[in-house]
Amino acid sequence: MATEERRMILEHIDQPGYDNSIDCYIKHGGYEVLKKAILRKPEELCQEVVNSQLRGRGGAGFSAGMKWGFLDRKSGKPVYLICNADESEPGTFKDRQIIYKDPHQLIEGMMITAYATQTKLAFIYIRGEMYDGARILEHAVEEARAKGFIGENICGSSYSCDIIIYRGAGAYICGEETGLIESLEGKRPYPRIKPPYFPAILGLYQSPTVVNNVETLCHVKFIAEMGGAEFAKIGTPNNTGTRVWCVSGDVQKPGYYEFPCGAITLGQLIYEVCGGLNPGRTLKAVIPGGSSAKVLRAGERYQGKLKDGTEFDWTLDDIPLDFDSVSACGSMSGSGAVIVMDDSRDMVQVLGNINSFYAHESCGQCTPCREGSLWMKKITARMADGDAREQDADLLLSIAKQIEGRTICAFGEACAWPTMSFVSKFKEEFSEKAAQQKSTQHPLV
Amino acid sequence: MNLSNKSLEKIEKLIPRFPLKQSAALPILHIVQEEKGYISKEDIQWIAEKLDMQPINVYGLVTFYPMLREEPIGKRHIKVCRTLSCALQGSYALCKKLQEELNCPLNETSEDGNYTIEFVECLASCGTAPVVQVDQVLHENISVEKASEFAQQIRKETEINIK
Repeated sequence: MATEERRMILEHIDQPGYDNSIDCYIKHGGYEVLKKAILRKPEELCQEVVNSQLRGRGGAGFSAGMKWGFLDRKSGKPVYLICNADESEPGTFKDRQIIYKDPHQLIEGMMITAYATQTKLAFIYIRGEMYDGARILEHAVEEARAKGFIGENICGSSYSCDIIIYRGAGAYICGEETGLIESLEGKRPYPRIKPPYFPAILGLYQSPTVVNNVETLCHVKFIAEMGGAEFAKIGTPNNTGTRVWCVSGDVQKPGYYEFPCGAITLGQLIYEVCGGLNPGRTLKAVIPGGSSAKVLRAGERYQGKLKDGTEFDWTLDDIPLDFDSVSACGSMSGSGAVIVMDDSRDMVQVLGNINSFYAHESCGQCTPCREGSLWMKKITARMADGDAREQDADLLLSIAKQIEGRTICAFGEACAWPTMSFVSKFKEEFSEKAAQQKSTQHPLV
Repeated sequence: MNLSNKSLEKIEKLIPRFPLKQSAALPILHIVQEEKGYISKEDIQWIAEKLDMQPINVYGLVTFYPMLREEPIGKRHIKVCRTLSCALQGSYALCKKLQEELNCPLNETSEDGNYTIEFVECLASCGTAPVVQVDQVLHENISVEKASEFAQQIRKETEINIK
């Protein structure tokens, strides 16, 4: 069956008898890759990651090898590594599984990355709400230190590096890498302007810094183990490796599922893997990559040419789940969070819910985002409350367009894209609101 | 500073781990809040002196981060997830029901001082929606039908702790 999972990252997660202790991890072959990696030259490992074509799993999908390649090594400043475990994009819950159920997998991937980039000190920035997650990681770091996988002279080599677990405090903006860096420096997490503050050049403490997502760092272990070229055979060109898709919303079996990139379509994920929609319901819309990704409407047709020149003509169900195909359809696979909505859902309410999130989470640094996100929230809340006006749809679009591209960080796009896509793709629903009587119902969403 | 010796020791150990001591600000704020329940002006002053920071910059962290607070709350802190995947599974109705069951208005503390209910943004457990975090523990699949039973469980735990 094409819909058979291929679990690499999730291999042991939820397996009966598998726990998050180091003994269990070692019994399953853990830390063997680190032991071997530490005997190789760091540059070789970096090259393996370049060869693997690994792309970041946090949302932007940027090449990990290239990110590491930008590190400023001439400055003589220490290099820092930060694992971004501030999982907060609505719809995403994959990093949580790794942190809680297989923390040593993350630590091994991190230490290989640390050695490859010659990191002096590494951090795991974890969401403040994940109390147990932070405790599990603290404990795992101590276990790994006792066995010589972290700290001085790792695996008997001359390389030393420590990991510090750092807890956030409930702010979504800390998932933005330069906001995260500011937070780690003890400041308000206002994202930095780029240039000049590219983390690889002027990152943490104004030193070269690598920031990678939890899942990305786990993949590094597999790349070091099998070699970059072999890893690149999983998935499709430029969309290599497996990805963990987090499915939530109106499906019968929500959850996390791992497949090679491009191995299944969005339709297969929804209908075969997740058991389809609830009985009697039809598909209305899908957000394919976390709430900031543009919504896809059931019944749409996507036509065009992929980067390699191949022409495509897809319905929503046909979209292959990878990076490039979802982008080609005008959205993004982002953090791998698929939120499914059936025909019972009111799109004005759904957008109102999303807008409320972004209005709450805007850091307030840039005016278009600070004010615009709040205006969009207020308008959609008023519409959902039964007081819609004829000009609302256009007004929403006009606000969103004035945020996009006019902010320091990508939060501007993250809050503008839902409004732009929901309003333009479901325009009739937004326009009809104005004609409807003031509703006496409690909003569903 | 009226912090337990355990917390003070933790703080002393923590600061030198960072290349710049200001990095310890957020972890210290967590330690203080977890022990005292909230962060006072005196705490801010103390942290600022300890880390060579201006008090306003420590205060700026307290006002920025949603998890940090300047006022005490109820004995049990109940956070219902408000964001999309949980909302689609009924978290709005759930939040309302819990307020009724625990006799506690939203964003306030119940009269008996036992509960504070907040409607918070995504808790990153969307596949098991709706979710509710009580103090440090996440509870999954708390549908509105389970709300009464769930509130009862919270009440029971709270009473045992008081005794």
